Amino acid sequence: MTVLNEFADGLRGFLRTIGLTTLFFGRVLSQVPRALLRPRLIIDQVHNAGALSLVIIMTCGLFVGAVLGLQGYDLLQRFGSEDALGTAAALALVKELGPVVTALLFAGRAGTALASELGLMRATDQITAMEMMAVDPVRRVVAPRFVGGVIAMPLLTIIFIAIGIFGVQLVGVQQFGVDTASFWSQMRSSVGMDDIREGVIKGCVFGVACSLIAVYEGFNAIPTAEGVGRATTRTVVTSAVLTLILDYMLTALLL
Amino acid sequence: MASTAPTNTAAASPAGSDTLVEIRDVHYSIGDRAIFTGLNMSIPRGRITAIMGPSGTGKTTLLRLMTGQIRPDRGQVLFDGADVSNLRTQALFALRRRMGMLFQNGALLTDLDVFENVAFPLREHTRLPESLIRNIVLTKLQAVGLRGAARLMPSELSGGMARRVALARAMATDPDVLIYDEPFTGLDPISMGMIVRLVRQMNYALGITSIVVSHDVEELSILADTSYIIAGGKVAAAGSFVELKDHDSEIVNQFINGLADGPVAFHYPASDYYDQLLSDPDTA
Repeated sequence: MTVLNEFADGLRGFLRTIGLTTLFFGRVLSQVPRALLRPRLIIDQVHNAGALSLVIIMTCGLFVGAVLGLQGYDLLQRFGSEDALGTAAALALVKELGPVVTALLFAGRAGTALASELGLMRATDQITAMEMMAVDPVRRVVAPRFVGGVIAMPLLTIIFIAIGIFGVQLVGVQQFGVDTASFWSQMRSSVGMDDIREGVIKGCVFGVACSLIAVYEGFNAIPTAEGVGRATTRTVVTSAVLTLILDYMLTALLL
Repeated sequence: MASTAPTNTAAASPAGSDTLVEIRDVHYSIGDRAIFTGLNMSIPRGRITAIMGPSGTGKTTLLRLMTGQIRPDRGQVLFDGADVSNLRTQALFALRRRMGMLFQNGALLTDLDVFENVAFPLREHTRLPESLIRNIVLTKLQAVGLRGAARLMPSELSGGMARRVALARAMATDPDVLIYDEPFTGLDPISMGMIVRLVRQMNYALGITSIVVSHDVEELSILADTSYIIAGGKVAAAGSFVELKDHDSEIVNQFINGLADGPVAFHYPASDYYDQLLSDPDTA
């Protein structure tokens, strides 16, 4: 019975969290139009979530692309199809690796920064001070950060994919001598708008999910050092798990 | 002799021209712990009112009730006649525009410098031209002696300076009431003296109502026109500081004179000391 009770409690807690997150999402969305009227706040947050994540996104994109080049070349040469390296790597990056890895990196860099910043604002009474100044913190603080994350994520995904393809080209063409013309022409002829659309849609959806989780966890953090730490950890873990679940659902839907 | 019957105080001061905030029979609990059990209080308009009491008696909770951050389980909190606990968000925010609050740690927005912190409520609530906002902010900073620190970030300020900036921010929109939550905690004597002087100046120069929550008896004795001592979920005594000093209540006497033992025991409730020392550590 104890196990059953614990399971029931866990399920109840899980459903409660989903309900609260949905309500919070509605509250944030209702404030987005007003946040958009102050583009300066949004630009600052696109800079924080996007520009400050560029180095890690570009570095990881380059190495993910390079590894993809190594593995792809090793696999394709067994079938004498090295020329298809550009197509295979580009499709993998555009449809899957680009959006997913970017989302995971985004959760680790920008998501944790968002959650800890909001959590510390809660812990140091800054959020309460805003409420006392009759300023809705969801409008002034949360909505701009959410929108900033949602805008930054697809842009980071595109950059990750571009740098990743450059990494594949470095290994495939420069190191292993795959024909440059075949590499690029096959890629251009095989990767269609549908593939790019799939990647961009995933980037946008992951952007909404990861940004929402970060601002929800941060805004509702228990106002102690431990509470902020837990909120930050939960941001990474929940974002990663949700990204992979959403990835499966979107892939099944868009294929 | 001070009033020991806060109900009488409340009843004698209906919401009107003399009373800005009135608390009527407020009950509030956190979990199983009752914080207030029938609290009555009247805050006179245009005066400095001190709310004192031992740690953990719910002084900050009372401020949260007054400002509508939390709602009482029972009873009414009236601000200028309006029941704060029944207001919807828009009406509550409209009411809060008439309040300024100084938090214990200042609660300055850490991503904005001193100037922008003071300008924050003006930018959020008004469409004043930049030149006017600048003049208002500089006037408020001059009043707290920190005009020269306008471009410093909150992390570059001392505790006393942060509280003075927070005071400038709290009065940026010229509120009707300024609420101070433990304004003297952790300050050196010079900073404390500055804050005491500023609270008095703000109150008398601008004609606003001040509510100071603290347990610093010495500072409040200089500052407050009226004082309330809260203990046991109710008002234990109310009146001027001179009246409180002569109060016959044991708890008031212990608090005002800083006695180590009395109704507020030095020891947290526990089992017998010797029994616990001699008992099995695993069961203690």
